[in-house]
Amino acid sequence: MAIKPLTQPSSASSAAISLSKIAVSNTHGEDSPYFAGWKAYDENPYDESSNPSGVIQMGLAENQVSFDLLEKYLEKNSSDPTSSGRVSSFRENALFQDYHGLLSFRKAMASFMEQIRGGRAKFDPERIVITAGATAANELLTFILADPGDALLVPTPYYPGFDRDLRWRTGVHIVPIHCDSSNAFEITPSALDSAYSDAESRGLRVRGVLITNPSNPLGATVKRAVLEHVLDFGALKNIHLVSDEIYSGSAFSDREFVSIAEVLEARGGRGSERCHIVYSLSKDLGLPGFRVGTIYSYNDAVVTTARRMSSFTLISSQTQQLLATMLSDEEFTAGYIETNRERLRRRYRMIVDELGRAGIECLKGNAGLFCWMNLSPFLKDETVEEELALWECILREVKLNISPGVSCHCAEPGWFRVCFANMSEQTLQVALARIHDFVERRRGNQ
Amino acid sequence: MTQTPPNDESRPTRTGMRLIVPLQGVVQGRGGILLGSLIPCALFYFLQFYLKRNRSPPPPNPPPSRSASSSDLPRSSSRPNLLSRGASMGRVQLSARANHVAKANESPYYIGLDRVREDAYDELTNPDGVIQLGLAENRLSLDLIEERLSKNLADLMSGAGGHPGLRGIATYQPFDGLLEFKMAMADFMTEAMGNEVSFDPLKMVLTSGGTPALEILSFCLADPGNAFLVPAPYYPGFDRDLKWRTGVELIPVHCRSCDNFALSITALEQAFNQARKRGQKVRGILISNPSNPVGNMLNPYDILDFARERNIHIISDEIFAGSTYGNEKFVSMAEIVDSEDAFKDRVHIVYGLSKDLCIPGFRVGVIYSFNENVLKASKKLTRFSSVSTPTQQILAPMLSDKRFIQEYINTNRQRIRSMYDLVVSGLKELGLECTESSGGLYCWVDMSKLISPYNEKGELDLWDKLLNTAKINVTPGSACHCIEPGWFRFCFTTLRVNEVPLVMERIRKVVEICKPSV
Repeated sequence: MAIKPLTQPSSASSAAISLSKIAVSNTHGEDSPYFAGWKAYDENPYDESSNPSGVIQMGLAENQVSFDLLEKYLEKNSSDPTSSGRVSSFRENALFQDYHGLLSFRKAMASFMEQIRGGRAKFDPERIVITAGATAANELLTFILADPGDALLVPTPYYPGFDRDLRWRTGVHIVPIHCDSSNAFEITPSALDSAYSDAESRGLRVRGVLITNPSNPLGATVKRAVLEHVLDFGALKNIHLVSDEIYSGSAFSDREFVSIAEVLEARGGRGSERCHIVYSLSKDLGLPGFRVGTIYSYNDAVVTTARRMSSFTLISSQTQQLLATMLSDEEFTAGYIETNRERLRRRYRMIVDELGRAGIECLKGNAGLFCWMNLSPFLKDETVEEELALWECILREVKLNISPGVSCHCAEPGWFRVCFANMSEQTLQVALARIHDFVERRRGNQ
Repeated sequence: MTQTPPNDESRPTRTGMRLIVPLQGVVQGRGGILLGSLIPCALFYFLQFYLKRNRSPPPPNPPPSRSASSSDLPRSSSRPNLLSRGASMGRVQLSARANHVAKANESPYYIGLDRVREDAYDELTNPDGVIQLGLAENRLSLDLIEERLSKNLADLMSGAGGHPGLRGIATYQPFDGLLEFKMAMADFMTEAMGNEVSFDPLKMVLTSGGTPALEILSFCLADPGNAFLVPAPYYPGFDRDLKWRTGVELIPVHCRSCDNFALSITALEQAFNQARKRGQKVRGILISNPSNPVGNMLNPYDILDFARERNIHIISDEIFAGSTYGNEKFVSMAEIVDSEDAFKDRVHIVYGLSKDLCIPGFRVGVIYSFNENVLKASKKLTRFSSVSTPTQQILAPMLSDKRFIQEYINTNRQRIRSMYDLVVSGLKELGLECTESSGGLYCWVDMSKLISPYNEKGELDLWDKLLNTAKINVTPGSACHCIEPGWFRFCFTTLRVNEVPLVMERIRKVVEICKPSV
C-alpha cells in the first residue's frame, strides 16, 4: 500500500475534540480530601530509615499484619516441583476465559467465606460471580439493580469510594441514611424511613439499601437486630439489600460478626432473592494487588446477569488457580483467619489505648483495619470547615494522613478514620507518638 | 407512604363525566338507590384499575409472596425453575439494563459458544462432540511460552530470580498497571507491530482484557444516545462491549464482497450523513485492524482523513496486529499519527495479549491513547477492570526479551499461515471459497451458494445444520451484521492439524445436503 502524505488539517479539525460527560465529570471524587492526603503521602512518604520525618499513611485500609503467614504458605507449597506438572496446567489456565470462573476457585472462595462465618452460613459455588475486585463488584451490582436516575440508600458515614463506585458510570444516586454518635452510628428504623422519604421527595426511585458489614469507616460490626430490620424494610418496600462484607474476616472475634447470610438462613431463606453479598480478598487476605472480588447472590437472575457482565472485569485465570489451591487448604485458612483476627485486635487495642492516654476517644470498634476517632473536642466550632482545617493541620504539621469524616459524609464534624494495619508496629508507634505530641501542643496552646 | 402515580388529569375527568351524567339521571329515576351505590363502587374499582395499570412497577406494598412459608433456601443451585419461586407480583425487580443483558444470548455467536461448552469435542472422550471454530483463540503457539511463563510463576512465588516476592505484588498498585509492565508491553507491541513505531509506556492504561478497554473508551468518548460508525461485518462482541452499559449506538457501514469487503470511504460518508439527518451524533469510528471477521488490513490514512474532516474520534482495535501472515503489511494508527499533529488527540488504540500471545485467561488489555484527558479518565475507570499484579510480574520479563519475542512472533505467524493454508485449501476442495485474508485467526468463507432462500433465514438454516448435524460451531455473517447472506467465519487456530480432515469431512456432509441440484 502506497504511503499517503497527510492532508492539511481543515479548520474544523483544529477545534478541540470533546469527550463524554462521564469522562469530564468529577464524580470520581478524586479531588476530595480523602485522595488529596494520598497525594501528600506520595510526595513525601515516611520511611523508617531514609525518611523518618515523612508523611505516615494512615488513610489506606490495607492489611499487612499477616503477610508472613501467606509467605510461609507459598514457600512451602509453591507449585509442582516437576516442570511437566507445572506446564500442563499452564496451558489450560492460559486459555481459560470462561466468565463462570474456575470451579475450583469458586469452591475455595465458598469454603473460605463459610469458615469466616464459623460455619454458620453455607455458600453455594454456583452463586459466586467473579470480579476484578470489590470495587467492580459494587459497581456491577449497581448496574444490575438500578437504572440511571434511581437511588441506593447508604448509611453514613460510608467509604468515600462509594461515591465513585456506585454513581459514576451507573448514573445512580446515593441517598444517605443519617447515623450519628448518639447511638454509636447504628442504623435506626427512623433514619431508614427518613432516607426513603427523602429519596421519594426528590423524585428518586429507591432500588436498594447498601450496607457495609463490618462497617467502613466505623470499624464495627452491624448488630443482628439492625440486619433483621433492614431485611424487613427491604421486604416491605420490595427493594434489594447489598451487604458489602469485605471486612468479614477482619472482625476481631468470630462470634461478633453476624453476616446477612446467617440471618437469611435463620429465616429459612425468606426474602433472600433480594439479597446480595460482596466480598474480596483485598482486606482479609491482604491481597489487593491480585484483584479478586466476588458477588454472591441469592437471586438467580442477578447471578446470570452479573456473570455475563463480569466479562468486563474477570479475574486472571492464573490468579484464580493460585488462590484456589491456597483457599481450599482448610487447615491453613483456619489458622490464618484466627491469627489475623488476633493480630488486628492487638493493633486496635494498641492504638485505642495510646489515643486514650492522649485523651482522644474512639468509637468502640470490633472489626476492620481502622478506628473511628473523635477529635471534635479539638475543633473550635463543630463545623466542616474546622474539621478540614484540623485535617490539614494534621497532614502538614503532624505529617499523618488520616481521613476526615466529611469525606465519608459523616453528619457530625470532628470524626476521623485512622488506619492501623498497613504499617509495621514500629511505624504505628511513631505515628502514635506524633499524635501524642500534637495533642500536648494543642492543649498547651488552649 | 405510597408513591404518587403519574397523573393524567384529562382522562379520568372525561371518563368521570361520562359516568356522572348518566349516574345523575339514574339516581333521579327508578332504582336510584341501588344504582346510586353500585355505580360509584364500579367507578372506584375502575379508577383503581386504571391507576394500577399506569403506575410504574412495582407497587410499593406488594401482596405477600406465596413462597413466604417456604423452608428451603433457594440457594442450592441456579436451576431456572427457582426463578418461578414466589409470586411474580412480589418478586423484586432488576434494572431495565439488567433485563436487557439477561436476554443477550440470542445471537448465534453466543448460542454456538454455549453449545461447545455443553458438548465439546474431544478426540478420546467425546469424538462426536461439537468442534470449536467459533472462537478466535490461538492454541497454536502456547508451547513456545509455557515453559518460560510457568517458571516465572514459580520464581515469583518463591521470591527467586530477583522477584519481589509476595509483598511486592500483593499490595495496592496503580490500577492502570505497573510502570515496568507498561514498558514491557510497549516493547512487545513494538515488536508485534513490525518495529515501525515505538510505543510509549506513558500513553498506556492497562485493563483486564480487550473487552473492558473497548468499553472504557466508549464511556469516555461518547454519551448515551451517541454513535460510532463501524465497518461491517464486525466482531459480534462489539455489540456488547460498546453498547450494553454505555447506551451508545453502533452504526454499521456495510462492506461488500465485490470490494473484497474493503471499507469504502463513500459508504462511510453516506453513513455519517444519514446519521446526521436522523439527528444522531456520531462521536467516532471504530475499526478493527486486522479486521475481524474478514481478516483484511485497513488503510489507516483514509480513516484518519475521514475522521479529521469530521472532527470525530478513532478507536482502532489492533488486537490481532501480531497475528498477520499475508502479503499486505499491517500499519498501526500509531505509525501514522505524528506527535506534532493536533489531530492525535482523537486517536485511541486497543490492544491485548489474548490473541497474539495466546493467553486470554490472563486478562491483559491496553488502551493506548494520544489524548491526555482520555488517559486521565481511563486511568480512573480502569479500577473497575484492573490487571492482576502477579500476572504482570510473570509476563514482564518475557515481554521485554526482544530476541525471544521476535522468534515467538515469527514462529507464531508461520504456524497461523500454515493452518490458514490447510483450512482454506480443504474448503476449496469442497467448493467453498474464502476471501484473501492477511491477518487474524479465522477465514471468511462464502457459503452463499448453499443457502436457500438467499437471505438471513437461509443462512441461519445452514448455520443450524452445521452446528447440529455436522457438529461444528462457526459464526454466521448475520451475527456479524454482514449485509450479504451466506458468509461464515471459521476460526482455525483452535484446531490441531490432525483434526482438519475430520472437520472437512463433517462439512462435506452438509455441503452434500445443501448443494443446489444441477
